[in-house]
Amino acid sequence: MINFQDVSKIYPKDSPALLDINLKIKSGEFVSIVGHSGAGKTTLLKLILAEDKPTKGRVLFEDVDIHKLSRGSLLKLRKRIGMVFQDFKLLSSKTAYENIAFAMEAVGKTDDEIYTDVPHVLDLVDLSDKMDSFPSQMSGGERQRLAIARAIINQPEVIIADEPTGNLDPINTYEVVQILKKINDLGTTVILTTHNRGVVESIGKRVITMEGGRIVRDDKDGKYLI
Amino acid sequence: MFLLDIKRIIRSGVLNFYRNGIVSLASTLVLWVTLSVVLGILFFQAVLTNSLEQVREKVDITVYFVPDASEEKILEFKDIIQKLPEVESASYISADIALAQFKERKKDDELTLQALEEIGENPLGGSINIKARDTTQYEAIANSLSPESELVKSNENIIYNINYNKNKSIIDRLNNIIVSARALGVALTLVLTIISVIITFNTIRLTIFISKEEIGVMRLVGANSRYVTGPFMVEGMICGIMAAFLAMASFYPVSVWLSNKMTDFLGVDMLEYYVSHFIPLLIIVLVFGIVLGAISSALAVRKYLSK
Repeated sequence: MINFQDVSKIYPKDSPALLDINLKIKSGEFVSIVGHSGAGKTTLLKLILAEDKPTKGRVLFEDVDIHKLSRGSLLKLRKRIGMVFQDFKLLSSKTAYENIAFAMEAVGKTDDEIYTDVPHVLDLVDLSDKMDSFPSQMSGGERQRLAIARAIINQPEVIIADEPTGNLDPINTYEVVQILKKINDLGTTVILTTHNRGVVESIGKRVITMEGGRIVRDDKDGKYLI
Repeated sequence: MFLLDIKRIIRSGVLNFYRNGIVSLASTLVLWVTLSVVLGILFFQAVLTNSLEQVREKVDITVYFVPDASEEKILEFKDIIQKLPEVESASYISADIALAQFKERKKDDELTLQALEEIGENPLGGSINIKARDTTQYEAIANSLSPESELVKSNENIIYNINYNKNKSIIDRLNNIIVSARALGVALTLVLTIISVIITFNTIRLTIFISKEEIGVMRLVGANSRYVTGPFMVEGMICGIMAAFLAMASFYPVSVWLSNKMTDFLGVDMLEYYVSHFIPLLIIVLVFGIVLGAISSALAVRKYLSK
């Protein structure tokens, strides 16, 4: 599904962020990417979203070079990817319901679909009682669950979660990981970056370890070894 | 789909306006100041136009006829004058009316009235008072009435005097004043409008700066430019509408005060002007407010869309 072919990303003043990355992620996989700060995890995700261009090599999404897509095609591609961030990136002036409805409106869903799907997805992340709350009225864990609900509402093929548990306590971390596992069980590819050893080991799936912009380990059985 | 988008954009804009209470209020107040400047300029233009009109009314060319000129000949002359394209009106004042007006003017001057009595007959002739369509056209009319012109030559025996040359310097000076006053009005309008537009634009830009993060998030969840910009434009338009009504409302007491205290000085009853021009004034400030609010918002959001 996602294929990195000899990808390097060198920022100005010869500052390498990624070096000679060759990586294949299959549809339906749950991949955890681990490594210290500056190891290149976030740059890797940015290249998948075409927020940044590689200095060398190609990034393919279903055999299409992401970085050769037109602006319109890129928007369409991004609608096939759901994103979850450490700092949630919710719309603070909208309620929980409206945050999710906005993501549906943006891809042109009808009002009927919104009325039906939003309560359902809020129920899935256990936020039914927070439907009319603003993000500022919710806890960190609730906000992250809302961000996940928004990411999955349009049934994307891939969920990219960049340090989603970075700001959460252990209980909320556990809940978020369980939700991501459930999403993966339903067939969605999940790419997760994290520092948290416990998270990686509780998932027990493929783990890619990065160091200095290179992939130094690719384990199928969920080991966090740094 | 397009209508559904429009409906959602309007709903979102209205909600944002309501929820961002203080920020919306700040934008509305700045727009109110801008629209008040616009209204002030319109009031100033009304006073200026009226004053120029009043001065213009006082300028004319008068052809005086000898006392024994027949009325028939004078009216013939008037008909010819009236056909000149530059002439707006030509009014005939008979010798009798001229005498009555003279007596009225000199009613306190016993000596003059006594002298008039002693003469016994009317020493004044009739006259034709000519008004041009525009003050710049008096020169052209004066040329038609020059001693060399066919019209004057053929009526030499009845024309006593034409006062254009005496009035020429006043007319020229008036023309200069009118041109300068108009230029000043336009310059003042332009400068004040530009300043207030810049202030409004910057205020709205600051209010949208607060939403910079939100704009980025909207883009991340796949919203296109129109869908991100639309609600901000609607918000700006609502501020413009509110500010327009606020400006019109605040100019009512101003008009009442000007009407009570300044009508003689200004030469215009501003309350009468406000009431009789209410709809056009409202439309002007509404359109100005809506366009300014929408364009300022669109430009401010565009800056963050590309990031």
